[in-house]
Order: sequence, then C-alpha cells, then structure tokens
Amino acid sequence: MKTLIYSENVELSLQLLGKALQLSGADVSALTFSASQAKELVEYGVTVYNVKDSTTDTIKAALLQIISSETPDLVLVGSTRRGREIASRVAAILNAGYSADCYDIQPTNGGFTTKRLTYGGSVIAMGIIKGKPAIVSAPPRSFQKPETQGQRGRIVELDLPTSSSKIKVVETRLKRVGDAGLENAKVIVSAGRGFKKREDLRLLEELAVELSAKMGCSRPISADLGWMDQWVGISGKKVAPRLYVACGISGTIQHAAGIRDSQTIVSINSDESAGIHELSDYSLIGDIYTVLPALTKALRERAK
Amino acid sequence: MTRIAVLVKDIPDLNEVKVDVTTRRPMVEGAKRRLNDLDKRALEAALRIKESGGVEVITISLGDNRTKSSILEALAMGADAAYLVSDPSLKGLDANKTSQILKAALRKAGDFDIIIAGELSLDGMGAQVGPRVAELLGLPQITYAKELKFEAGKFKATRNLEDVDEVIEAEPPFLVTVVREINEPRIPSLMNIMKAKKKPFTEWNAEALGLKADDLKASSTVEVVDLQVPEVKRKHIVIKAEKVDEAVSKLVSILTEIGVLE
Repeated sequence: MKTLIYSENVELSLQLLGKALQLSGADVSALTFSASQAKELVEYGVTVYNVKDSTTDTIKAALLQIISSETPDLVLVGSTRRGREIASRVAAILNAGYSADCYDIQPTNGGFTTKRLTYGGSVIAMGIIKGKPAIVSAPPRSFQKPETQGQRGRIVELDLPTSSSKIKVVETRLKRVGDAGLENAKVIVSAGRGFKKREDLRLLEELAVELSAKMGCSRPISADLGWMDQWVGISGKKVAPRLYVACGISGTIQHAAGIRDSQTIVSINSDESAGIHELSDYSLIGDIYTVLPALTKALRERAK
Repeated sequence: MTRIAVLVKDIPDLNEVKVDVTTRRPMVEGAKRRLNDLDKRALEAALRIKESGGVEVITISLGDNRTKSSILEALAMGADAAYLVSDPSLKGLDANKTSQILKAALRKAGDFDIIIAGELSLDGMGAQVGPRVAELLGLPQITYAKELKFEAGKFKATRNLEDVDEVIEAEPPFLVTVVREINEPRIPSLMNIMKAKKKPFTEWNAEALGLKADDLKASSTVEVVDLQVPEVKRKHIVIKAEKVDEAVSKLVSILTEIGVLE
C-alpha cells in the first residue's frame, strides 16, 4: 500500500507522515514546499517531491503529477483551509472519493474506513472511501509524529510551469497572533438567555474578575441581541478551558459542540430540565440573579 | 446583465435533532429543515452585489419536495428565481456525485458570471462541493471569503485563512465560497415572503438533466455507514440547597477540591 502526504504546515506534515508510515511502511511519498521542509521529511526514508512555490495551482499540478507516477492508494492531506480546497479540487479532477477532516483512518477491504465529525461537531460519521486513490484530509493533532527517523530517502525537485490565473493575490496580511481570546482561555464564564437585560451582564463581569475568566455567551446573546462579540458554539468559537461556567444557558446542540472539550463544566440554571445539565459535571439549580452575586462574593472571600 | 448563481441547501435544524438513546444515532429525518446558514450568507453576498444594479441572482439546489419551503425563504430574501433538482432517486449521494449534479444544473440554468456557495453545510461539513463544482466547470475559485465587493468595475475578495488574510482581485467568471464573517443575512419582510411565491421556480429531475441515477449511485466513492452521537461523559452532580449561600459554598468547596480554582 502506498501513501502520498502533503501539508504546507510543517508540523502537520510530520503528523501525517507518522500515520502514513504506520499504514504503508516505507512506501510513502511527500510533497513539500521548501528546502527545509524537504530536509526534515526526507530523514524518515520517504521520497520527497519539493516545489518552490505554494500557489494553489502549483500544488494541484504537483499532486496530479505525483499521483499519476506513484499511483498511491491513499492521498493524505493536512486539513487546513488551503488543504481542503486542494483536496476537493484534485478529487474532482480524478473523480475520486474524498473525506474531509478525518481524525481516524483504517484500511478496509479495498478501501479505507474513516471517522469524522458532522452535524456541527456533535455526530461522528463513519464512512468508507472506495476507489483509488482515496483522498483524506486530517486536522492537526489527529496523528502522532513518527518517533524515530529512518534511512535517508531522496528528494526530487519538481519544476512546474507557473500558472496565469485570473485570480490575483494583491495583498497578504499576517494575522495578529497572541489575540487568542476565548479559544485559549483557561477559565470561561458564559451568558445565555437567562440574562434579561444587557446591563445584567455586569453580574457575569464581576464573576469573571474573581475567576480571572474570559467572558463568552451562547449564540442568541451575540448573534440575535448583539450584547457580546463572540459566542461559543458550532458556528462561533470552540473552547477548551479548564473550567467553563454556563450561566443561564439552555444547552442546545449548537452550544454543546462548542464546549465539549472543556475539562470541567459547571452550569447555573433555574430550569432543572434544561439540556445544559446533561453536559455538566456540576449543576447548580438556581436563579442566576441570586446565584451569581453569591458565588462572586464566596470566591472573593476565599481569596482573602 | 451580470448573472450570479448561489448554491443553497436545506439541512436538518440542528436545534431540533434529537438522539435515539438506545442506538445513540441522531434522528435526522424527523427534524424540521431550514437553509444552511452559510448558504444564506452566500445569498446575502450576492444580493449586496445586486444592489449595484444590472444583476440577476438565482439559486440552485439539490433536494426533495421538502426543500421547496426552504427555497421560498431564499426567494423572499431577494433571489430572482430558483432551480431545484428534486428526484428521490438522487438521494443520499456523496459530495463527488452531488457536485456533478450541480454542475449539470448550473449548465442547464445558463451562463453565470459568478457562482457563490457557503464554505460548507453544517450537516455534512465536507467543505468540498464548492471547490469541486468550480473545478468541474473549469472556473477559477476564491475559497473561504470573508469579504466580497464590487468596486470600480472590479471584484475584490478577502480570503480568511488560518495564518493570513489574502486580498484577491478577480475577473468573472469565478466561484466564491464564503465564511460566516462575511455578513449577516437579511430577514425577509412579510411582503417579500408573499411575493416569493410568485417568483419563477423550476424543478428538474435526473432525466431532465440527462443524468442516470443508477450510474451515479454505482460510481459513488464515499459511503456513510454509521452516524453516532458520542455519549457525554460528565459527572452530572446536581447541587441543590434551600439557601443560595449553601449551594454556592458547596460548589466552591468542590471546585477547590478538584483543583480547577487557582
């Protein structure tokens, strides 16, 4: 069995390589975009095809060329936005099956079984890809980097003509780093429809100060009422704090998928049958208007 | 006249999908259906270009008879006409075949300067139909756009990638997929909802598009074999007390004990 891997993200390409080596032994080839990435991957005994530019059209042409010469059974692509676009396009050209964002992949009878999240991240879909090549994209941290380097492989420089696309990149702006916000917060306190007025969010603010927490909310508070900028949920931010405190949040699928990776979830809600309790480690049944000030006070006293 | 086609899909309302407690499977069939939120944003992007004048906006969908009511919402938002491929024999096909059907529908609906789609639909989450359709039609594409503008005779888009924002200039024809940040879709007025029912609505089956459902099914490349809702492993400890202060101090001492407080 042969596998071809590619990601423009070096760390992710090493993770894909780890999986590929496990599936295919040494029968692995890789597409890379810089001399340094090629040098890193070649130490694992694989054939590395290096191209000098990483425009979409070049990557596409390179993949098609390698697929035609190497005839891999599996093409494993890093699931970044660029990677997902290219995987789809190559799949369309080859009339091939492609499964996106898979965190698990196993060979089965003449194909591959994959696992991926669907329905906003709340449902695991198990699928089978038939035909050759099977194309799979995998998100970061799905697989582990290979542990030991192997015999040195070889590097092949691919020289592809530059394309003349009607789509021109006129500017590339680096994103601000360090502005991590909710995604990297250690503690989050979050507001739901239990808050009746915008001014009442100060109860959440006071609690946030005591817990050194970032503030979040459910979708309606942000998208419908515009009280806060970012919400937690499928269509908003996915969070993974040490402690998530859901205040007056009912707990829809939308919200559930956003908080699933939290270490400990506490909910405060007066409705004993609210769905949020199903998602919680600790449910305090009570009215946020009395519970939040009491909790803030208790934490303040604890700190003394 | 600039013609814009928007790919819109109806999906189960995620707030309505319940879980079968014994099989842990989502009960998707019973849920109410609504337009995929990102597709509404794709339509909104088209409608904002339409405001500059001389633009026709149509929608293209693959679905069944339940899809009609969702598409009425698209017409009420301001699409001029809708085309729906509705054929029970075309149900449950993979993204590969879906893209081929949409390509055939787009060809039959005429020539388009711009095709807009959502980056993905929240049910399947494959993010592959837009890019596949562009490739099948031989069109250049701009994926993951968080901005799309028509200014001084030029289309400008900003792609929202993980590490960078990419500003793009493009000449039609091209295909764009949009992300959530691009806009807030409008809510149609009651009058526009009434008017929507009178707008041109065309339905095609497989045959009308020259497609053979059996061939499409036989050459399907991805098959979903199971759907499972993972069980939430939480402690489910309920804290109730007569007095709020008691409940709160119980909670604080538990949180201290398990070490989540600093």
